Amino acid sequence: MHDFTYYAQILISGLTIGSLYALIAIGYTMVYGILRLINFAHGDMFMVAGFIMIYITSWSSSFLGAGSIVVGLILTLILTVILGVMIEKVAYKPLRSAPRMSVMISAIGVSYLLQNLSTYVTGGLAQSYPNIPWLRTEIQIGSITVRRLAILTPVLTILLVIALVLLIKHTKMGMAMRAVAKDFDTAQLMGIRIDRIISFTFVIGSFLAAVGSILYFSYIGQVSPTIGAMPGLKSFVAAVFGGIGSVPGAVIGSYIIGICETFIKSNQNISIFSNAFTFALLIIILLIKPNGLFGEKLKEKV
Amino acid sequence: MKNNKKRNLLCSLLLAAALVALLLYIDNSPLKSSMLSTVLQKGAIYALLVVSMNLLNGFTGLFSLGQAGFMLLGAYTYAILTIPVAQRINVYQYFDGGIVQFQMPQIPALILAGLVAAVFAALIGAPVLRLKSDYLAIATLGFAEILRAVIQWEKLGPLTNASNILRKFTGYNSILFPFIVSGICIAIIVLLINSTYGRAFKAIREDEIAAEAMGINLMKHKMLSFCTSSFFAGIGGALLAMFQFNAHAKNFTTAMTYEILLIVVIGGIGSITGSILGSFLYVACSEWWLRFLDNPTVIGTFKVPLLGHGFRMVVFSVVIMVIVLFYRQGLMGTREFSWDAVFAFFGKLGRFFRNLFTGKKAVKGGVVHE
Repeated sequence: MHDFTYYAQILISGLTIGSLYALIAIGYTMVYGILRLINFAHGDMFMVAGFIMIYITSWSSSFLGAGSIVVGLILTLILTVILGVMIEKVAYKPLRSAPRMSVMISAIGVSYLLQNLSTYVTGGLAQSYPNIPWLRTEIQIGSITVRRLAILTPVLTILLVIALVLLIKHTKMGMAMRAVAKDFDTAQLMGIRIDRIISFTFVIGSFLAAVGSILYFSYIGQVSPTIGAMPGLKSFVAAVFGGIGSVPGAVIGSYIIGICETFIKSNQNISIFSNAFTFALLIIILLIKPNGLFGEKLKEKV
Repeated sequence: MKNNKKRNLLCSLLLAAALVALLLYIDNSPLKSSMLSTVLQKGAIYALLVVSMNLLNGFTGLFSLGQAGFMLLGAYTYAILTIPVAQRINVYQYFDGGIVQFQMPQIPALILAGLVAAVFAALIGAPVLRLKSDYLAIATLGFAEILRAVIQWEKLGPLTNASNILRKFTGYNSILFPFIVSGICIAIIVLLINSTYGRAFKAIREDEIAAEAMGINLMKHKMLSFCTSSFFAGIGGALLAMFQFNAHAKNFTTAMTYEILLIVVIGGIGSITGSILGSFLYVACSEWWLRFLDNPTVIGTFKVPLLGHGFRMVVFSVVIMVIVLFYRQGLMGTREFSWDAVFAFFGKLGRFFRNLFTGKKAVKGGVVHE
């Protein structure tokens, strides 16, 4: 049998993974809430953010030294946001009146393009992520040893989520976002500039994905071109689990999936099912409670 | 009109005969190991996979992403059943030869491969086919991932060889084989689409609620389409395993489903002939014609920019994005290839040249009266 410390360690890494899924899941859930589109490219954007960080730090370290990490962090955030908005403008906006299947295929196409482009640029090999010194330091809490990163991730995630919920609830932009999510066409008639709201949604989604990417890749240490797909899909499952369109739902779903997955992974006999478990959970929740834990009931329009 | 029908049949027979002659020629010449032969075989197999996906996504309007899972089931069923008993100890080297100790003939094993995929489709279809478009996509995608994990499970090792490769099962000798199997399967799908069931599928695609109001049993028809599609995906998966001489769960990823889906889009969502054309074109481009993009090339002292490992796939993805964004119809849209259209085209071309030479101006939108 294992002792308390063992389980506490697993729980903490579960919380860390869960937080990272939450940061990605918010991007999925917000885009889905407004466009009714599973943005398959979101997970790959997360991967591209990892490569941006690697390339910028290695390029700028020649003349900035230690400062290259800071420049890398800032530019990663900015460039990922630009990439996210660009994807929306190029690949989704022209298809706004097209059938939903076309938009989804376009999203799959973007995901395919990002993966192939990164394979081409990087040569397809995994590359090691720059070491952010402060994050890797280990600290001692009672009998448990953890890296600072493991503590920082949940804290930062919760802070960002609170900020986001406040933004959605209490600002004019947030109100407009809720209106668009409720009824696309009516919101447009009321004078809300839809395109601006959608771009803003992508800004938030990409920003959180970039933050998630910095924390996630610092945690696992390397980036490869297909690494984004799985966390992306799992985060989507988390978003569905929590009720698509609901930010707190996505966060809670992510924590549940993150913690369960870490426990499954830690058991040798069943560790191969860590991915399968997530999808099984998805199928079960869709059957029992199709709107997720906190989802709104969607009416079927005739 | 009757005349046209005869002519069309004759043309189709001639085309088929030419194809068979070409394949027989390749089969018995050194060309058999050439790129041409590879492309033809893989193209035929992909054609079946793409058409089966099109039946579901294009004709019934069910956006399913589980194709790779059903292919995996087909490939594994076929492989497990046809490994020679004497070879099993080598293949299942970590599992004392496995628990299956018999070898089935090829054709029954192939049909069984399809059936196993269809049975699993029926099991998963009952709950997930109720879901709406994008939820269905993600649920079927998840199902394929679950299958992939289960097959690689250590405890199932004696049956599936866990995460080790399956090989040495019965293959095929003549490159005609994948064409014949694919041809028969696609013919069955075409018959299904042209039947009452097919019309019901299209009605569901256009408007589910209206279709239900017209008295179409949604669940029954969706299930039929889903199981049929999976059945042929299973057979396609088995053929792919034969073509590659191995079956390995690791390879049947979501990326494979995406690849097939993108060929459906290239060919035209809702066109059988488009899917077939698209498959051959895609396979020919990716395996053969666009290979040069992957090799750094120097002409004289000039190094051609951009060419290098992985560039081919980048070009591909860009082409696909262009098709998705600007030519949403793909090659064929929802139209089918027909001889009438071909003859009409050549007729128009002929008239155009005749008019060009006789100096007459072409009359727009009508027949030139002599």
